[in-house]
Amino acid sequence: MNEEIKIGRHISSQFDQELDEVRSRVLKMGGLVEAQLEKTLVALRDGNSDAVADVAKTDQKVNQLEMDIDEECTQILARRHPAAGDLRLIIATTKSVRDLERMGDEAQRVAGMIEHALDNDIKKKYYKGLLSLGEHVKELLHSTLDTYARMETRSAVKNIRMDKSIDEEYGRVIIKLMDRMKSDPDNISDALDVMWAARSLERIGDHCINICENVIFLVEGRDVRHTEIDDLKEQLS
Amino acid sequence: MNMKITQDISVGSIVHGDQAGSDTNPDSYVTVGSPLMEDPKMRVRSVDVFYAKKQAIFDVNFDIGRNEVVSMIGPSGCGKSTFLRCLNRMNDTIDICKVSGELLLDGEDIYSKQIDVVELRARVGMVFQKPNPFPKSIYENVAYGARIHGLTDNSVQLDELVEQSLIRCGLWDEVKDRLSEPATGLSGGQQQRLCIARAIAVNPEVILMDEPCSALDPIATATVEELISELSKNFTIAIVTHSMQQAARVSQRTAYFHLGKLIEVNDTAQVFTNPTHKLTEEYITGRIG
Amino acid sequence: MKNMSDQIESGLAERRALHLQKRRSAEARFKWYGRIAVSFGMVCVLFLFTDIISKGAGAFTQTYINMDITFDEQVLGLNRFSTLEEIKAVSFGSFFKKQLRAKYPQATSRKQKSQLYAIFSSDMPLILRNMVIAKPALMGTTSSVSLIADDDTDVYYKHGYGADSNIGRLSQFQKSIVNALASEGRVEKRFNAMFFTSSDSREPELAGIKGALVGSLLTLMVTLLLSFPIAVATAIYLEEFAPSNKFTDFIEVNINNLAAVPSVIFGLLGLAVFINFFGLPRSVPLVGGFVLTLMTLPTIIISSRASIKAVPPSIREAAMGMGASKVQTVLHHVLPLAMPGMLTGTIIGMAQALGETAPLLMIGMVAFIVDVPAGVGDSATVLPVQIFLWSDSPERAFVEKTSAAIMVLLAFLIFMNSAAVWLRKKLERRW
Repeated sequence: MNEEIKIGRHISSQFDQELDEVRSRVLKMGGLVEAQLEKTLVALRDGNSDAVADVAKTDQKVNQLEMDIDEECTQILARRHPAAGDLRLIIATTKSVRDLERMGDEAQRVAGMIEHALDNDIKKKYYKGLLSLGEHVKELLHSTLDTYARMETRSAVKNIRMDKSIDEEYGRVIIKLMDRMKSDPDNISDALDVMWAARSLERIGDHCINICENVIFLVEGRDVRHTEIDDLKEQLS
Repeated sequence: MNMKITQDISVGSIVHGDQAGSDTNPDSYVTVGSPLMEDPKMRVRSVDVFYAKKQAIFDVNFDIGRNEVVSMIGPSGCGKSTFLRCLNRMNDTIDICKVSGELLLDGEDIYSKQIDVVELRARVGMVFQKPNPFPKSIYENVAYGARIHGLTDNSVQLDELVEQSLIRCGLWDEVKDRLSEPATGLSGGQQQRLCIARAIAVNPEVILMDEPCSALDPIATATVEELISELSKNFTIAIVTHSMQQAARVSQRTAYFHLGKLIEVNDTAQVFTNPTHKLTEEYITGRIG
Repeated sequence: MKNMSDQIESGLAERRALHLQKRRSAEARFKWYGRIAVSFGMVCVLFLFTDIISKGAGAFTQTYINMDITFDEQVLGLNRFSTLEEIKAVSFGSFFKKQLRAKYPQATSRKQKSQLYAIFSSDMPLILRNMVIAKPALMGTTSSVSLIADDDTDVYYKHGYGADSNIGRLSQFQKSIVNALASEGRVEKRFNAMFFTSSDSREPELAGIKGALVGSLLTLMVTLLLSFPIAVATAIYLEEFAPSNKFTDFIEVNINNLAAVPSVIFGLLGLAVFINFFGLPRSVPLVGGFVLTLMTLPTIIISSRASIKAVPPSIREAAMGMGASKVQTVLHHVLPLAMPGMLTGTIIGMAQALGETAPLLMIGMVAFIVDVPAGVGDSATVLPVQIFLWSDSPERAFVEKTSAAIMVLLAFLIFMNSAAVWLRKKLERRW
């Protein structure tokens, strides 16, 4: 438990460079996705169409980065035959990059939905109600990227726990929206849209957890997907 | 990765109430993983090897299981070849080499006075790094062992034995029409397979291979590796290799040697995805210590 | 910064170019040294061969004089039915002399008569008698007989006969007779088969190397049969089985030293041990063989050890890894591979032994042996000793024969060394 990976230097400094390059790109990609989420929340709060456009533009960069990083990882596998920690790093990275890209897509979906609601004040009000959820998810994302950067498991476990509370919050938001739908049946479709947006935000949280599980795999060599949080704590102690 | 030794010690550990009757020195360093097992084919306890005053192997405790392929990896000069050669007493040919400790084959001490080293080497065969067929015909190469150990009664049986050995090594089709030609006319990969055929013709129980593919091209290497997998159904095989990919492909257990000490022994899959000892991790990822 | 490193670089390039010139000329000089050395060696060899061949070529021909000899029954007192004893009882010498006097009545004084007889080989009476013994039907006939010319006549005829020639020790009288015979066409030079079929003799014209050749071959045979097995066994023991301790080192140093010991010492050793202590007969090929064995053993041991060392250790490891014992490894694998080198060393050792004189002189092979030895226990001489003995004689004809014998010996040596080279090339193995 509380393990960190100490990245010692390879005999091949080129290999070191390649791995550093990959990691910094992942962090860059993470930064872009964070920015996307930030812009989405701005749009949620202010109903700002520029923010929406930014999210879409950023998503292109994110997609490109996903392809670049995957390509880079393939090359490293072919050239270097990494083993043990290095092998797990590459596997964890390719998986995390996919999660990041999905996160970008989800953020864009939310931004897209907001765009349709720009002229609808009621909807705008509903979307504002997602802000709290969105902030929490943004925090989680930030913390996740931190975990990846530092490659340690303690914060990973903390993040997994954070996601639990996000899930609970999501539950409450859905209940509230269902109430709204019952009380305002004419605008069910609007409410539904908001529900989808909330779902996307929750999904972003799930992707963050995937990344944290990947980091645990990277550091510990254990596959902790589909493990309950309490068993997880036990296993890692 | 920081040291993460402790949990696996309890599995097949040294402090197991060992049946061999030899207790390890409690002051010795500890080999990580699962170096020992029940009912091994060969058992090694507290083995030290000295070249004159210089110690090359430090207190190795290790079991090799029946019909398994175990590979030994480690940086140059770490003693893996020296250790391998102890298993069939080839170190006897070096005057200044002294081996102490216990080495058992099916429970018998191979260094005891009752054991005839010539017979031992028929039970524990060896394949060397550079293919070294005798400068005789292909047939004679394979038949030599059977001749000197008197394994066949007549030439018909000998012919059959030669044919069987060559078939098992996948060499028969390539050489059946030129058995009387000199073995040195074969390609490197064929020569090495011939050396393996020669070794299995005496029906050994254990085959020791000292970097058998290091002098071969990739295709020949792949052929020999395939052969090793086939052979492991009937023989116990211990292979020293510099190529970690080869160890990963071919063996069930892997032992990592470092400066004469046995650092870790584990299932191959684990050693290459999540080794237990820091030194092992550093070696297989190519890191400076 | 860049400029400076450029400058340094171009400075280096210049120095390289300059130095290159020096290196090239040094190389060319070195090649020339080599060429000069080789040429010098070849010139010396050429001198040697030219000298020897020019001196010795003459020995391969012998002058014969064809005369009609009448085997007068009355003069000899024999007929075709005479028995062996009867024939042997007759003095063919006086018969022969009578024949000559009859042909050359101009020999009047005693001196002239003896000079007349001296034109022909002194053994001629014996040869005539053997002719009659072999073919009694000659009695009563006149046949043309090829008489062997005496060595003085032979020399005179070969090297410039003629009215005013000064060659040889023939007197004017003798010369006139010989010239007359020559103008009659009765004098001819034939291939000297006697050189190879007869053994040593006091008369140069009758001397041959057969005895010495057979003696040499017998001695060499003894040497080979003894030295080869002993040397091979020793080499195998030292290389494969001997523990590496001070005692083995001591043996090795001694063997290497023995190879450099002057051969005459071995002769002394043979004299003291084999002849004086064991009482073996002198001058026999057996003892000569023993002495030469001692002499060539170090050579063969050293070359055998080198060929055993040259067998790669991977072969030994392969054999031992299969469970071959030490002895099996050596006999089945090492020895066959080392054999070409061993044989080469042996042939060279034998070639050396063939040419040895000093040690054999010490054990008494200096005697004048006329009979061809039949076995290793008979007195014999060897070819180099024969050469040595002949070279002592003043007669010009012996000078010729000495050089001819040297040519025969050299021919053997060249043949044996070439055989060694051929053998080595043929049996070279690739492992």
